[in-house]
Amino acid sequence: MRTYLLKRLFLIVPTLFGVAALVFVIMRVIPGDVTALILGGDQTGRIDRQQIDALRHQLGLDQPLLVQFGSWLWGVLRLDFGNSLWTGRPVVEELLVRLPLSLELAFLATIVSVLLAIPLGMLAAARQDTWVDYLVRVVSIGGLAIPSFWVGILIILFLVIRFGWGPPLEFTPPWVDPWANFQQMVWPVVTVGYRYAAVTTRMTRSTLLEVLRDDYIRTAWAKGLGERTIVIRHALKNAMLPVVALIGTEFAFLIGGLVVTETVFTLNGVGRFVVDAVAHRDYPVVQALVFVIAGSFVVVNLVVDLAYAWFDPRIRYR
Amino acid sequence: MSAHYSLADTAASAPLAPRLTFVEEVVKFVRTKPLGAGGAVIILGMLVVALFAERLAPYDPYKGDYALQFARPSAEHWFGTDEFGRDVLSRVMYGARIALFVGFTASFAGCSLGALLGVVSAYSGGKVDLLLERLMDILLAFPQLILALAIASILGPAVQNVVIAITIPIIPRAARVVRATALAVKENQYVEAVQALGALRRRVIFQHIVPNIMAPYIIILTAALGAAILAEAALSYLGLGTAEPTPSWGLMLSGSASSYAEKAPWIALFPGIAISLAVFGFNLFGDSLRDALDPKLRRG
Repeated sequence: MRTYLLKRLFLIVPTLFGVAALVFVIMRVIPGDVTALILGGDQTGRIDRQQIDALRHQLGLDQPLLVQFGSWLWGVLRLDFGNSLWTGRPVVEELLVRLPLSLELAFLATIVSVLLAIPLGMLAAARQDTWVDYLVRVVSIGGLAIPSFWVGILIILFLVIRFGWGPPLEFTPPWVDPWANFQQMVWPVVTVGYRYAAVTTRMTRSTLLEVLRDDYIRTAWAKGLGERTIVIRHALKNAMLPVVALIGTEFAFLIGGLVVTETVFTLNGVGRFVVDAVAHRDYPVVQALVFVIAGSFVVVNLVVDLAYAWFDPRIRYR
Repeated sequence: MSAHYSLADTAASAPLAPRLTFVEEVVKFVRTKPLGAGGAVIILGMLVVALFAERLAPYDPYKGDYALQFARPSAEHWFGTDEFGRDVLSRVMYGARIALFVGFTASFAGCSLGALLGVVSAYSGGKVDLLLERLMDILLAFPQLILALAIASILGPAVQNVVIAITIPIIPRAARVVRATALAVKENQYVEAVQALGALRRRVIFQHIVPNIMAPYIIILTAALGAAILAEAALSYLGLGTAEPTPSWGLMLSGSASSYAEKAPWIALFPGIAISLAVFGFNLFGDSLRDALDPKLRRG
């Protein structure tokens, strides 16, 4: 177990280095120049060549790529992600402005999805191939199929037509005004929660189906236990591990992956931040965000794998 | 054992089960997996619409008529018209073509490349395996949407570039699943036997390992299909996919659809239904296929 842990921890290094190198190269390959964008805004007016060169020098973009990459990596090791080329403020500061919204959305959506998914998945598995199972499956496959941005458009449309309500432009944190925060977050949370409930329901159903075929469940039936006891007390416990693992990885994804939902609901979260940064060719911001998202993905995956080894005595890692 | 794989092989893999003909197989699938059959019907419907869009669509999807801007759904225009007076029904029908083209090519290319890498990785073992695994780890950890965004920005908005942007994130996911299966298949005695007979590496991989990883391959392929269609819609919605005037479902929902949504909600309504229905069909079918192919989930 200890060697496995050490090996896994060691393998994080090349993965994150690879991600860092990849994002660095990709950002430099994308056509478009941040200096021209800063100086010219969105108009395609004439920009002085000298001005561009001066700005490039000031931002350090005239140095060889390897030097730029090296100094960026050195900064990352000291947890310094540099300054945004666009606003000039430290990337970490910019990120911290947007993180509460994304975290709140991810957290609430996860709660909604778990509250829906586990009972529904359980019900579907216990009644496999009956109309209850079919209904749950249709609803959950629907959750995967319906694009979240379309649900968002429909919800906003409904609210606008019905109540003349439009999404507010500024984010109100829950500690400032809980009610205003609730009004702002409820629809995105419902939209995202439904989608992730669908994913989790399916996982709950299929792992539970596997467990319900095990010998010890047959024994439980044979000794005359009720269905409720068997499903909840005996089967669910053993089926929960992959489900919890899935919830963990989904949460890691939710923090940076809600670009489309944030766009529809005009929420200024981490996802939008990435898209804007790519559009602005704001290299340090994109690099930092990709690095942070990939890093949390890798760490969550490691934790999930270790949890498997910890909770399931049948799994032994070398 | 035949090297050719078919649905019949797995479904009838229970000891001494009678071999079924293809028709009997289909009938059995419909009877035991009604949801899957429903999915298949939706997919077939989409295929027919996509293939025969010229004949089925009542109007030219590109030709606008300013006299007809924002016409409500009516007998002439079932789904109404958009801000240029173009027929929404015709655009949705042609949109099936883009969606299915992107969905099929991206998921097929991504899954096949991934499967190939997975098999090679598992069969070679050692340094090759380690290196390929790390590469796949990097691609997996890299946020999918940013990768797609970057590729779309580098290559420019065009259908074939959308395909590339969607294909790449599928590769590591397919590779991982197939590698795990191939590792198990590799340990079988028949593989050892053909190796002992002096079969070439290529022959062992393509004749003896590949046919046996087809079940997971088909499962990830059908799952990737729905995801690819959704990804195309999302990219186009964000303005990074196909460009106007191409009738893509995601594009029809972006920009104008939301700004005119109050005045003409049908512009946003029908393309969304089309996307949902298509992905729904593929997932429904894929799910039932997985249940049928996965012996652990078969009712015993």
